[in-house]
Amino acid sequence: MADYKWPDAEKRTLIGKRISRLDGPAKASGKAKYCYDYNRQGLLYGKILRSPHAHAKIKSIDTSAAEKMPGVKAVKVIQGPGTEIFWAGDEIVGIAAVDEPTAEDAMRAIKIEYEVLPHHVIDNDPKSTPQDLLKPSGDQTTGEPDKAFGDADVVVEGQYGQPVITHCCLESHGATSEWTDDKSLLVHVSTQNVSGIANQMAGVVKVPAANIHVQQDHIGGGFGSKFSIDRWGNESALLSKMADGKPVKIFLERSSELMVAGARPSSYAKVKIGAKKDGELTAWESESWGTGGIGGGGAPPIPYVFNIPNQKRKNTSIANHIGPSRAWRAPNHPQACLITMSALDDLAAALKMDPLEFYFKNMELTGPRANVYRDEFKIGAELIGWKQHWHQRGDQTEGPIKRGLGLSLHTWGGLGHASDCDLTINPDGSVELKMGTQDLGTGTRTTLAIVVADSLGIPMDAVKISIGDNKYPVSGGSGGSTTIGGVSASSRRASVDALDQLFAKAAPALNAQPGDLESVGGAIRVKSDPGKSLTWAQACGKLGGLPLTVRGKNPGPGNLISQGVGGIQMADVSVDIETGIVKMNRMVAVQDCGLIIDLKTAESQVYGALIMGICSALYEEKIMDQNTGKMLNPNMEFYKLAGIGDIGELMVHMMTGKGYDERGPIGLGEPPTVSPGAAISNAVANAVGVRVPYLPLTPDKVLAALEKKGGANHAGI
Amino acid sequence: MRDDEEDVEGSGLSRRDFLKVGGISLTVPLVIGHRVVKAAGADVKVFGPNKVPIELTINGKKMSASVEPRVTLLEAMRHELDLTGAKRVCDRATCGACTVIVDGKAVYSCTVLAIEAQGRAITTVEGLMTGDKLHPVQQAFVDNDAQQCGFCTPGFVVASKAFLDKNPHPTPEEVKRGLGGNLCRCGTYMGVRAAVQQAAGAQKGGRRNG
Repeated sequence: MADYKWPDAEKRTLIGKRISRLDGPAKASGKAKYCYDYNRQGLLYGKILRSPHAHAKIKSIDTSAAEKMPGVKAVKVIQGPGTEIFWAGDEIVGIAAVDEPTAEDAMRAIKIEYEVLPHHVIDNDPKSTPQDLLKPSGDQTTGEPDKAFGDADVVVEGQYGQPVITHCCLESHGATSEWTDDKSLLVHVSTQNVSGIANQMAGVVKVPAANIHVQQDHIGGGFGSKFSIDRWGNESALLSKMADGKPVKIFLERSSELMVAGARPSSYAKVKIGAKKDGELTAWESESWGTGGIGGGGAPPIPYVFNIPNQKRKNTSIANHIGPSRAWRAPNHPQACLITMSALDDLAAALKMDPLEFYFKNMELTGPRANVYRDEFKIGAELIGWKQHWHQRGDQTEGPIKRGLGLSLHTWGGLGHASDCDLTINPDGSVELKMGTQDLGTGTRTTLAIVVADSLGIPMDAVKISIGDNKYPVSGGSGGSTTIGGVSASSRRASVDALDQLFAKAAPALNAQPGDLESVGGAIRVKSDPGKSLTWAQACGKLGGLPLTVRGKNPGPGNLISQGVGGIQMADVSVDIETGIVKMNRMVAVQDCGLIIDLKTAESQVYGALIMGICSALYEEKIMDQNTGKMLNPNMEFYKLAGIGDIGELMVHMMTGKGYDERGPIGLGEPPTVSPGAAISNAVANAVGVRVPYLPLTPDKVLAALEKKGGANHAGI
Repeated sequence: MRDDEEDVEGSGLSRRDFLKVGGISLTVPLVIGHRVVKAAGADVKVFGPNKVPIELTINGKKMSASVEPRVTLLEAMRHELDLTGAKRVCDRATCGACTVIVDGKAVYSCTVLAIEAQGRAITTVEGLMTGDKLHPVQQAFVDNDAQQCGFCTPGFVVASKAFLDKNPHPTPEEVKRGLGGNLCRCGTYMGVRAAVQQAAGAQKGGRRNG
């Protein structure tokens, strides 16, 4: 049987090296075309009129004036009279017009009457939430929590949480659809799910999925929010149908993007946690709640990673009128991590223990990755100078600037998804890999070229990578850090099989058996007699007149991938106790992800995760107004992201080599996004001597926490 | 005269002119794209309200289009001229994804009307390459992986170029301030910092293992 296993370190020519992304020049030169950039012939501009009310029933819609306006090509009621609307910004009417100004004018000419219904858009307290919006879980109990708390030497209580935040993809959600004939639809859609979109659309636009062609070369950010065609995507196809098949482009305005196209559920918790004098964790009790819109919120897996022996947990999901939630990198993990690691940190402070020592004391509770965390913490502590800089809670130095360190750890699965690909070797030596996957900026395209080129023994520029088209073999959506595992395994298998078949064709010319051949540095040669060789092109010439195409699959033969990674992070912050402003000094991430295909893009992803985490720790919040039911900051001046000067200095260390490489590639999109909020919150507590309960750690919250400091109910906090 | 009342060359109505439009009288149009009205004794250009022909000088080439006066330079480039390197993201001068260079200065093209950009020298990301060769700033972005999804990248590249033109040997602190007008969602700032330093020919730094 073919030997699929990943090459040993000394045999890797490209895998694990630091390689610039293939589409870097296209992106840096502005030549990369995103779906938002496609201007098809005869393009019409689509707009969606949205509900101004968070909860209402549509009484009547009058589109007659809009329909008569010159330049308006289609007007379509999306949700008609009688429909109940559950969030401000929901789609009511779609319009297609010859240009944007005309479409905007037409929107203003539409008259809609609503019966306004009571709304609830806040999530700060289940007790003040209307009963019919609450979905409580039962009590979940493990061990004997009441007894364990009774026996504990130290018990600490705290409240922690994080509001709803929005994905804020820079390329907003959207699609351009056109009917290339009566029964055939071409869709350019910004998506994490190229292979899945056609089947989502088929029923709605009433055409077989086989007739829907989906294309996307590049995507301007997804982060978990772009798996669905969404209503506006379907409407672009339906409006196009009404407008004689002309292409209709609907990409959301920034306000809509922030209101309806991305929301990560909030999560808050009251936590009680107990330990023995020596730091041994014994008991956990939590009452958590959160919202993700009308569908309610997620239930964060708390306590996170640390399997505390005695637990009592209860979660209440709040259904409210803020718009639906979407998956966000590592769903539920950042929230669970913040709640858990904050509580652990407060407990360590009460014990006057260094949290690093406290984590090591309890490391066995983290399960199978305890040793990974230990190794990572040692590296992280070295990088940030934990021993030199850590102090007991509350920086005692003079002056208003207080500095502190915090830490956290996290985990994720990331088993590769199902993935098919076709690898073609042409008689002229050219190679193409086709796969219905997508490159979210994670470097998927580049990693595919690395795997194929390394496996075939040819240079990367000899390989053409064709992705972003649903006519290529089906590969899974890019979510849950499952892409690299899936696509690297299928492309590796295709490469190994294709090479075996090429060896069979080339062997006679070398008077050798196929099994005696190897492909190295662009030559097919006899292993025992490397002088006997053909160039790659000569060998491919032996294929005869037709190209060789091999299907690679995942799952498939050979043990190429696994799941389950660990990572740790440490943050170093300064807090001005007069202004409440938190400033990032440094942050360290140490991350395991199995076998790294491209060290450069892998590191970039971890840097990016740290920065995204800094954004949500310090700035981000979807602020809802209970009076009007609307989002108050659906724009980028008040929905704040960190700028280039706000992130401090970042250090990333990837765990590689023995113990890691043999596990095969494991995805990296989720794990490093989990810890930043917890590590930063803990660093702030260490700096100022008091816990700021909720993210984002904005000056108002920091100052409020400082003011309450005198009221802390136990020593050290 | 205050700055915001100055009627810069090539612009339409300034605030001051607008106040004068009380006693306007129409005159014959002299230049394509606008009419001239007499307002308080002065000639004032008035565009629209319907589509007007405009001529823009982008990357050294004259380009023509027909747009309503309310259309921004960004929209005119993206919708009429197929110059899609500059991106529409925040659409209100916060994120910098639409950055272009106008008369040597980095500006947010989402906040400049197309009619007002006439007669200016506009450079977009598409104008930075020489033949097939990337501009050193672009090459530095590739080398330092200062991009992930890449949607903010053209804006960052153009902003970096304009910044380095003014400040060829910046300190790391100056880079942080100089590029504070651009936002990235994937988190490529470490790469951007390194790229700007590389492009400046300065010592590479900032990234561990970098």
